[in-house]
Amino acid sequence: MLSLYVPGDTIVHRIPAGIKLLILVIGSMALFVISNIPVHVAELLIIAALFQVARLPWKDTLRQLRTALIFMVPIFLFHVFLTDWMLGLETVLRILVLLLLAVLVTLTTKVSDMMDVLERVVRPLKHLGVNPSKVSMMLSMVIRFIPMMMREAQEILEAQRARGLDRNAIALLMPLLIKTLKMADDLSESIEARGYDPEPVVPVWKRRG
Amino acid sequence: MTTRDMVFVALFAALTAACAVFPPFQAPFVPAPIIVQNIGVMLAGSILGARRGGLSLLLFVILVAVGLPLLTGWKGGFGVILGPTGGFILSWIPAAFVVGWFVERYWNRLNFWNLLLFNVIGGVIVVYVIGIPWLAVVANMEFGKALAGSTIFIPGDVIKAIVAAAVAMVVKRSYPLINP
Amino acid sequence: MSLPLAYAWSRPAARIQRIMFEISNVSQRFGERHVLKDISLRIGERRVGVIGANGSGKSTFVRLLNGLLIPDEGTVTVDGIDTRTDVKAVRRKVGFVFQNPDNQIVFPVVEEDLEFGLKNLKLSKQEIASRIDSILGKYKLEHLRQCAAHLLSGGEKQMLAISAVLVMEPSYVVFDEPMTLLDLRNKKLVLDTIHAIEQPIILVTHDLEHLEEFERVIVFEDGQVVADGAPDDAIRYYTQAMA
Repeated sequence: MLSLYVPGDTIVHRIPAGIKLLILVIGSMALFVISNIPVHVAELLIIAALFQVARLPWKDTLRQLRTALIFMVPIFLFHVFLTDWMLGLETVLRILVLLLLAVLVTLTTKVSDMMDVLERVVRPLKHLGVNPSKVSMMLSMVIRFIPMMMREAQEILEAQRARGLDRNAIALLMPLLIKTLKMADDLSESIEARGYDPEPVVPVWKRRG
Repeated sequence: MTTRDMVFVALFAALTAACAVFPPFQAPFVPAPIIVQNIGVMLAGSILGARRGGLSLLLFVILVAVGLPLLTGWKGGFGVILGPTGGFILSWIPAAFVVGWFVERYWNRLNFWNLLLFNVIGGVIVVYVIGIPWLAVVANMEFGKALAGSTIFIPGDVIKAIVAAAVAMVVKRSYPLINP
Repeated sequence: MSLPLAYAWSRPAARIQRIMFEISNVSQRFGERHVLKDISLRIGERRVGVIGANGSGKSTFVRLLNGLLIPDEGTVTVDGIDTRTDVKAVRRKVGFVFQNPDNQIVFPVVEEDLEFGLKNLKLSKQEIASRIDSILGKYKLEHLRQCAAHLLSGGEKQMLAISAVLVMEPSYVVFDEPMTLLDLRNKKLVLDTIHAIEQPIILVTHDLEHLEEFERVIVFEDGQVVADGAPDDAIRYYTQAMA
């Protein structure tokens, strides 16, 4: 399964996915409320310690942070020249704390556990007319399709490269679309042939009694 | 929503992900490299319409957030969503919806030129309206500076809008999926 | 192409012990194209083959049998149940295996895909688990249980698709060109599997030699049944008409 998860059995790995996501959501809001350099440095140290505890390879962490790090240089310079360097440092530290926290959660939590949390979050939405079983079915289908589509895209890219058309976006997208739209039609037939029949969900305002 | 709708919604989320395979390319007279991926946003809106197109990108963003490496360069996770460029990613959901909304309205009068306009409104303007203030807030930047820094990507985005409009017009003729 | 005879021969319905599928005066159009023209058939044999050129209407015909298509005109019944009035019951009775194995696997992991149909039948957890165990054992797929679907070979994918249908224990199984996209070795594997299935089956195929041991072969041409009978005769008729 394609995923960023780094397998492990540390305390950080074992914290339930729901708790980790909750911490992330609360943490990301708190960072904007309490924002000063000493606090951020302390947070950074705590997160660095957690990375140690989770035994995450630095390579994976850096790869996830690379673009953000590239972004932070101009942000810092912008503040040095136009406002003051303290504000720049504070901003960069804040972003770094947030990103590291997010990367920590991403690297230590299985996608399937995240999906379970997601299903629990979505479940109450059935009162608003959203069918949770349909949502999780669609998410599973996306995961099923992605490797298939990537292989198709790769094949088309190679075929068009052989013909010197690999710089022509239309020559890449058109065959990919036509092929996969046909596939989608076949697949919906197959789903129905296997008796798929989701129970209808009725929103609160349409219920009676 | 029918089974077929569900499959198409999932398909375009996967298509957007698959576009990560195409490497960023450099076009003449365009300052920044063009990332192919957000063409999926315009295509989802133009081919599926507002509801299904928006839902498709919602699924994509959810899967990125929970940690699948689906963005160009194999990035993913909450970090990207919460980072300086997160607003651009999140904006893909309303962007696809807006493109789709116009396409449904003008379905019977759709041609390359008005479809191009809708792709620019949804796929470029909506994206910048959400992405730039987000960048400004996260990076403590002035709005004007954030805007100036983002303008180098506009030519590439317009090229993508042209490609998406051309492709979606062909699909409309050969495989129409919107029946208003 | 004009055919030498409208009906070369016809198998009398009286020899059928029990009517499983009854197709009465069915016509089907897709836009301008008249795909099926007033078809009436009674099917009650355990092994029925369907052959015909591309576009002859054979794929449309088999899609009527489990309610994937509801006919424009006429009726289709399965064990007396009309596809128009109770399509759910019909789909539970008639399993359907398609041509392209890639386009039938819905879930990312083998076990999840097998669960899908069983969950649609609303079976208990224990029942689902035991049926999956037995089907994986029967078709020697146990080692693939936790495998990602996209990593399977073409033959493994088609075996998974067949298992996913059979695990639902349908009364009948329709196969729409299940071997067309497979290599020779996997063709044989799938064919042997199909021959060994206990349920009555309807097999659409291009390979005439697959039908030699069948009880009945129906030949489609231009939306009509042009031949219907024992395989030797049907195949001879079909090869003559194609020549």
